[in-house]
Amino acid sequence: MKYAAKKLCTLIITLFIVSLLAFLAFQVIPGDPTTQMLGTEATEEARAALRAELGLDRPVHIRYFEWLSGFVRGDFGTSYSYRIPVSDMLADKLPITFILTIMSFAFTVILSIPLGILAGSARSKVMDVIITVIDQITMSIPAFFIGILACFIFGNIFALFVPGDFVSYKESWGACLGYMVLPALSIAIPRVAMTVRMLRSSILSESDKDYVRTAHSRGNHRRAIMVRHVLKNALIPVITFLAVSAAEIMTGSIIIEQVFTIPGISRLLLTSISGRDFPVVQAIVVIIAAWIVIVNFVADLLYQLVDPRIRLK
Amino acid sequence: MKKKGNLFLYIGGTISGLMTALIILGFFWTPYSPTALDSSAKFQPPSAAHIMGTDNFGRDIFSRVLDGAGDTFIIALCVVAIGCVFGVLIGSICGYIGGVPDLILTRVCDSITAFPSFLLALVIVTILGKSTANIVLALGILFIPSFARTVRGEFARCRELNYIKSARLTGAGKFRIMFVHILPNTFSVLFTAVTIGFNNAVLSEASMSFLGIGIQPPFASLGSMLSDSQAYLHRAPWYALCTGAVIILLILGFSLLSEGLQRMNKGD
Repeated sequence: MKYAAKKLCTLIITLFIVSLLAFLAFQVIPGDPTTQMLGTEATEEARAALRAELGLDRPVHIRYFEWLSGFVRGDFGTSYSYRIPVSDMLADKLPITFILTIMSFAFTVILSIPLGILAGSARSKVMDVIITVIDQITMSIPAFFIGILACFIFGNIFALFVPGDFVSYKESWGACLGYMVLPALSIAIPRVAMTVRMLRSSILSESDKDYVRTAHSRGNHRRAIMVRHVLKNALIPVITFLAVSAAEIMTGSIIIEQVFTIPGISRLLLTSISGRDFPVVQAIVVIIAAWIVIVNFVADLLYQLVDPRIRLK
Repeated sequence: MKKKGNLFLYIGGTISGLMTALIILGFFWTPYSPTALDSSAKFQPPSAAHIMGTDNFGRDIFSRVLDGAGDTFIIALCVVAIGCVFGVLIGSICGYIGGVPDLILTRVCDSITAFPSFLLALVIVTILGKSTANIVLALGILFIPSFARTVRGEFARCRELNYIKSARLTGAGKFRIMFVHILPNTFSVLFTAVTIGFNNAVLSEASMSFLGIGIQPPFASLGSMLSDSQAYLHRAPWYALCTGAVIILLILGFSLLSEGLQRMNKGD
């Protein structure tokens, strides 16, 4: 428990630093947002009024704490372009992106661990080359191209689905998740290849250790040694890698949403970047950063389940 | 071990060598002008005249791919160059001198790598504005930590070796030891890092251009071409397939090369 509490403290401090950096990054931008909102023709009074409305007339540190306290209560500020709360703009879109992220993460874990064990059990030289080549090719295909291929094969040739014909989870969970299978797989496939490669080399280096040979000599079954001894140690670096993957998958889903025209945060983020609508970009960046920090926290907790030695350090 | 490593090295080297040769050829000569419109030749499937067919404006896709791959290639090279030069500087100082600067720089690099490079690049591009130079700058900065970490490890390892100790005894200065004695010994590891970095740069640039926040028109990029081609997936599937195949070959060549290099280093 002490370990978890310590990690929780780190989590809170990290979140605080991340929010501060995200806030400051958008403060150093040259130019006055009111010029952009009202045009260059606007009077000085109108601009001052808008600045007061947006709270831009107050010192930076006060604005930061106001923004932060608003953020934890779910108030992400007001969009420069549309003058409506950012939280309203995100409300429908964010859950969709999260469903896609979690689904592709689930695919990554479910597919990569059995495949990694399988690849890790194959030790002959021929298999080594075959597995490495398959891995390298799969890793070289960008996720968005897998998405385009999936649209082409399943949408155009077999006509199993219509790209762009997305059903929101509010109408039907089944249809929504069904539509997301291909996008989620597109993100997962290159990740699976990377995880398999990682798990395989981890298993191979672990299998050469003395304790494994001892377990063999005592007549344990190969499968039992793999699951009970080798895998337990080999999984530790893989957990780190999967935590990194969870972060990459979230940004990957922003790209894949564009391929399959899924109404997640992607389109909003891109138009906000082009329109320099900073409060929206800032909110999305902080949300993604918070997700990454939390995933790393969960990974830290998982470590000590797999490897109790970590608690003692 | 060594022979097998060379297999990856040969295949990877051949693919990336051919791609590089084609791209360099593309700087001087393309079969058609990449921007020439030809309304009578829209959506031509691949043929002898147009090996990759033509697009919605009747432009020759092969010429456009060569042109786009050239831009992607140059951007990736610049990104890797920025990452490598600053990474080597930071990594060598951290690894050789150690102490407080090491602690601070390592922490900073660690926190940068904790976030997806793509997200950070988005933030930098939002703040600085969309332009090719900003993309190079944003990705270049994000590539520094991985190089710095690799170089730091090598420097920290070499610092305690006998030949460095004897160089110190002969009165060689810090910078002479760092850059004349240690640096050449990191080249094998550095070269692997460069090939991996190059792949990541190609992939990041293609992703950003695919989303329309990378290279801006009139410059072509493989990512933006792929994004355009998606609208014509039904009428002209060869547009997307050929463009995608070029991205894959570009990445595959360098990743096989780095796999081969890693195996060769391990075999020694």
